[in-house]
Amino acid sequence: MAKQEHELTWKDIEIGAAVTEPGSAAVYKTGDWRSQQPSYDFSRCIKCGICYIFCPEGCIHQNQKGFFEADFFYCKGCGICAYECPTRVITMREETEK
Amino acid sequence: MGRRIGIEVSIALADAVKLANADVIAAYPITPQTHIVEHLAELVAEGELDAEYVPVESEHSALSACLGSSAAGARTFTATAGQGLELMHEVLYVASGMRLPIVMAVANRALSSPLSVWGDHSDAMAVRDTGWIQVFTENGQEVVDQIICAFKIAEDHNVLLPIMVHLDGFHLSHVIEPIEMPEESDVCEFLPPIHSPLTLHPSKPVAMGDFAPPVVFTEAKWAQEQAMSGVKKTIIQVWDEYAQKFGRSYHPVECYKCEGAKTLLFTMGSFSETAMSAVDSLRAKGVDIGLIRLRLWRPFPFEEFRAAVKGVKTLLVLDRSISSGGPGGPVASELKAALYNEADKPAVVSFIGGLGGRDITVDGFEQLITDGMRIAASGTDKEYEMIGVRE
Ligand code: SF4
Ligand code: SF4
Repeated sequence: MAKQEHELTWKDIEIGAAVTEPGSAAVYKTGDWRSQQPSYDFSRCIKCGICYIFCPEGCIHQNQKGFFEADFFYCKGCGICAYECPTRVITMREETEK
Repeated sequence: MGRRIGIEVSIALADAVKLANADVIAAYPITPQTHIVEHLAELVAEGELDAEYVPVESEHSALSACLGSSAAGARTFTATAGQGLELMHEVLYVASGMRLPIVMAVANRALSSPLSVWGDHSDAMAVRDTGWIQVFTENGQEVVDQIICAFKIAEDHNVLLPIMVHLDGFHLSHVIEPIEMPEESDVCEFLPPIHSPLTLHPSKPVAMGDFAPPVVFTEAKWAQEQAMSGVKKTIIQVWDEYAQKFGRSYHPVECYKCEGAKTLLFTMGSFSETAMSAVDSLRAKGVDIGLIRLRLWRPFPFEEFRAAVKGVKTLLVLDRSISSGGPGGPVASELKAALYNEADKPAVVSFIGGLGGRDITVDGFEQLITDGMRIAASGTDKEYEMIGVRE
């Protein structure tokens, strides 16, 4: 995979700053302007995957225990997963709260 | 050996583009560049040049079309002048940023207003920071030679940058001169077919001229600048090769009767030939004067320039444009900057003249030299002298 933009030195730049490797927009960090993030109480989770289906960023993946979690590199904090979750597993927290 | 013929310089230039076997020409006719592109359009229409001639509705489109054709790997030529070059301005940066080896002839013309179709260097100076290589020519022969060299320089894989060949509007573009046109077979040997390392092609997709956020823009510009700083080496190499094949040699900085001279006159473009006559005549009268001419303006040949003025006491600089509200002519301020850190630097006396096509005769140059030497001896409180202005 291509280097991240912040890792590129001037010597890595293609002639004319052309982009020769397709699909690189997929690695753009889109979660850095988030002001809220989802937090989880998995004791209530029924692993239905509804949050996974509704996330507009496609950033929810299943962890090793089978629970659905957001990837904060991409999660924009829209809160749709929290709204859709039938068992209220997800609550939105201010980004500054831990 | 080529044929020596009497020919208008613009027509000879177009013939040189034909000899270079350009693939695509996109241009908008503008005085005093018109004859160049008219003749090219004829050559294409008559089947003498197998190229695509793209008639466009403005110079902005002309250069934009050139971007596309050059990005697709075609040998691309355009020509413009004055206002036309200004209309191309933003696309100039795109071409150099995308590292496209476009060759452009500029029949230098003053910028409006007042409206003028005649020559000076204000158009060339307005685009000096756009990342294009800029070469100034002095006579018709040089125009032909430099156009052929320009393709080889621009398309070299160590360069891959666009290049402007400047010729003074009317003073050069519209005169008939004896010019030796090189043989097509010799040009073919000298100038290999274009082969760009990165082109637009459906089987190997690339995206060109992309978006660069602040995190990577500096690196992109530095990469471009690194290419620019290596250009001079290639230019000298190409000019040497040309000299070997065609017998005419060119250098970034050239001296005429400079040996031992304590005062040098500095010129660029077609006035250099008139200035030579003035130097001849003053030398005959025992005046200690030489002439230094700059052929390569971008990238500026700092080393060669400093070497050429070593030991010189006074440098008289003629600018054919004004850096408005600034320290004088743009060339003079550049030379001052180039000399600033030197221990034994010459005094620089800045003159501005020849604006909007006004002639400077041999007598005029003699006057300029005499005035310059007087100013150097007695000092002045003015940043520059405007020559020939009626009080
Ligand atoms: S907050 Fe929005 S972006 Fe983040 S995981 Fe939930 S649905 Fe996806
Ligand atoms: S929608 Fe709620 S219950 Fe369903 S998988 Fe996601 S977090 Fe678990």
